[in-house]
Amino acid sequence: MSTLDNILKLRLLKGIETKPIVVPDYLAAFEAAGLELKDAIKRSFKRSLHIREVDTGSCGACESEIIAATNPLYDIQRFGISFVASPRHADALLVTGPVSKNMRLALQKTYDAVPAPKFVITLGNCALDGGLFKGSYYTEGGVGKVLPVALHIPGCPPTPLEIVKQLLVFIKQL
Amino acid sequence: MDHLKIIEALKTKYGVTPTRLTSLLADELQVGVQQADFKKACLALHKLLHSPVMAMFAVDERPEHNSYAVKCVFLGIEYRKWFIVSMDIPADKPSFDSIAREIYSANRFEREIWEMFGLEPLDNPDNRRLRLHEEVWPAGSFPLRKDFQPGQTEGAKGEYRFIRVEGEGIFEVPVGPVHAGIIGPGHFRFSAAGEPIINLDIRLGFTHRGVEKILEGKTPAAALSLTECVSGDSAFAHSAAFCRAVEKLSGLALSDRAHYLRAIYLELERLYNHLSGIGGIALDVGFSFPAAYAASLKEAVQTLNEKLTGSRFLKGVNTLGGVTRDLDPDQIERLAAALKTILADFNELKKLLFSSVSFMDRVDTTGVLRKNIAADFGVLGLVGRASGIAFDLRKNSFPAYKAAGFRMMTRKEGDVLARLNVRLDEFAESVRLITELAAKLPAGDICSTGGKTNPGSALGYIEGWRGPVLYWVKLDAAGKIERCKIVDPSFHNWPGLADAVLDNIIPDFPVCNKSFDLSYSGNDL
Repeated sequence: MSTLDNILKLRLLKGIETKPIVVPDYLAAFEAAGLELKDAIKRSFKRSLHIREVDTGSCGACESEIIAATNPLYDIQRFGISFVASPRHADALLVTGPVSKNMRLALQKTYDAVPAPKFVITLGNCALDGGLFKGSYYTEGGVGKVLPVALHIPGCPPTPLEIVKQLLVFIKQL
Repeated sequence: MDHLKIIEALKTKYGVTPTRLTSLLADELQVGVQQADFKKACLALHKLLHSPVMAMFAVDERPEHNSYAVKCVFLGIEYRKWFIVSMDIPADKPSFDSIAREIYSANRFEREIWEMFGLEPLDNPDNRRLRLHEEVWPAGSFPLRKDFQPGQTEGAKGEYRFIRVEGEGIFEVPVGPVHAGIIGPGHFRFSAAGEPIINLDIRLGFTHRGVEKILEGKTPAAALSLTECVSGDSAFAHSAAFCRAVEKLSGLALSDRAHYLRAIYLELERLYNHLSGIGGIALDVGFSFPAAYAASLKEAVQTLNEKLTGSRFLKGVNTLGGVTRDLDPDQIERLAAALKTILADFNELKKLLFSSVSFMDRVDTTGVLRKNIAADFGVLGLVGRASGIAFDLRKNSFPAYKAAGFRMMTRKEGDVLARLNVRLDEFAESVRLITELAAKLPAGDICSTGGKTNPGSALGYIEGWRGPVLYWVKLDAAGKIERCKIVDPSFHNWPGLADAVLDNIIPDFPVCNKSFDLSYSGNDL
């Protein structure tokens, strides 16, 4: 019996193993905001919104929460948001961190690589004005010093719910 | 007083007579030496204690003594003592003999001292900068000197020298600082001939924010929230290490309950990060179902964190003298129930991974870091344990862990699978520890008050999920921070990654990188 036969036999016997998603109660607010966001994205961007994330010196907590927003429970992708690997594929940049001097050029180059029309979203308190790192010799003091910013999502770090809520408010008024 | 034997050996065998020997704190021994004896003393302690350089840093003491102090920290784990070798360097002759050719684990610390203080490590084999990139920061401007002015950034700029491999058919692949995933920035320069990597030069520093400088002049209470943002995924470990340093200085003794609670929260931090790493390893070889499974488990732990402490990242939980969040019997019951479900799901996840032949093929014998190389680089924490370095601060230093019968997890193979196995084993052990500690939680206050902030210095340390996190804190007469040196385990471990990927193919780099799971911001400060 070939390997393929084995696999088929096993599949037929066992069925496809998967795990049902049990959506906890606390996700109700997320669901509601997300569905509204989906409509807003459909209206403003025709189909979906592609985002390229750039870390300019964050501690990693913001990244962790952005990744959490894409986990199977939140699954932000189903509302029409996807995180892309290249700025060339992006509609918007999502920037975290207070902009370390070492990242200024890379941030500018990433922005330049995004095709127009484009906009910049900042996420986390550091990205607004440097946050806890305000006044450091090595930070530029926020993304706004380098690029035009359309939306800021505050928090240290903002939770997936806050991320979706802020995106909703912003995209609705576009 | 076993550790005095070491000092005796230092004198008789190595001919080093300390100028000062002080032990104001029970677990620290200050060994002051002449500048000429510093190298000898470090080599001797490195050998006698079998300890890598745990930390090495400078302090600008020119305002008081017209000199700099350079300190090198070793751990005598069997003596439960930190040996801090210290020398003074006169302000008018800002250089010292490098020890990096003999003790490789000192190399990156010396480069750090050179760029931050302008103290030149003479004969250091690698004098490239780590954090103040040549392209944006001029030569001759040293931010951690006390007389540094933030405006001093004009001047000639340079360029970083990557290690070049030359020869027929060799090509370079530059990656970063902006990567394809949602991850911190770093630059990786691969030299490859065909598929296998023959050299990897890792350039970091992209998230340098000047944390150590910002901490200066702050009161410990005001500095606490900043320590939680040094490396966001280790918020609790970092703030706990900082608190311990300050608590030691102010003579604040923690209640048993506070000790236990800190251990519980520290293990909760380990749980969610281990899930993140385990899922990441699966994702980086394209095995997305277990990755998704791990991601939802991580979410369950972070939700639990939020329910117990109000923060998904356990921020705001540590305070000087203990913790801010208690666990009542009701919460303990819920904690135990939640962990039971999580552990059952976790065992499923483990089964998923180990029953896939193609997954095992990708991780087995991939990215091997051999024990002797790990020891030379001073690699510590979970990466070290996966290469057979049996070192875990929880084993020796903390009463709560002793009471719960802590078991250290090690492997010998040093490959991606070994690092995965250490994390899988540690996950189960952490669940056991939390359950045990929560069940045995002693009565008492969760936060001690009083104590007065004495000027002086102390070392705070804790075994975070990545490895040992060190905070050396010096307070001035007004109780403000004069100098704070932070060592995240990532700083020790990044060079290990550059070695582990050699002879592997570039497409395996992501999974090797994820199995090390190092912090960019913790390294860059």
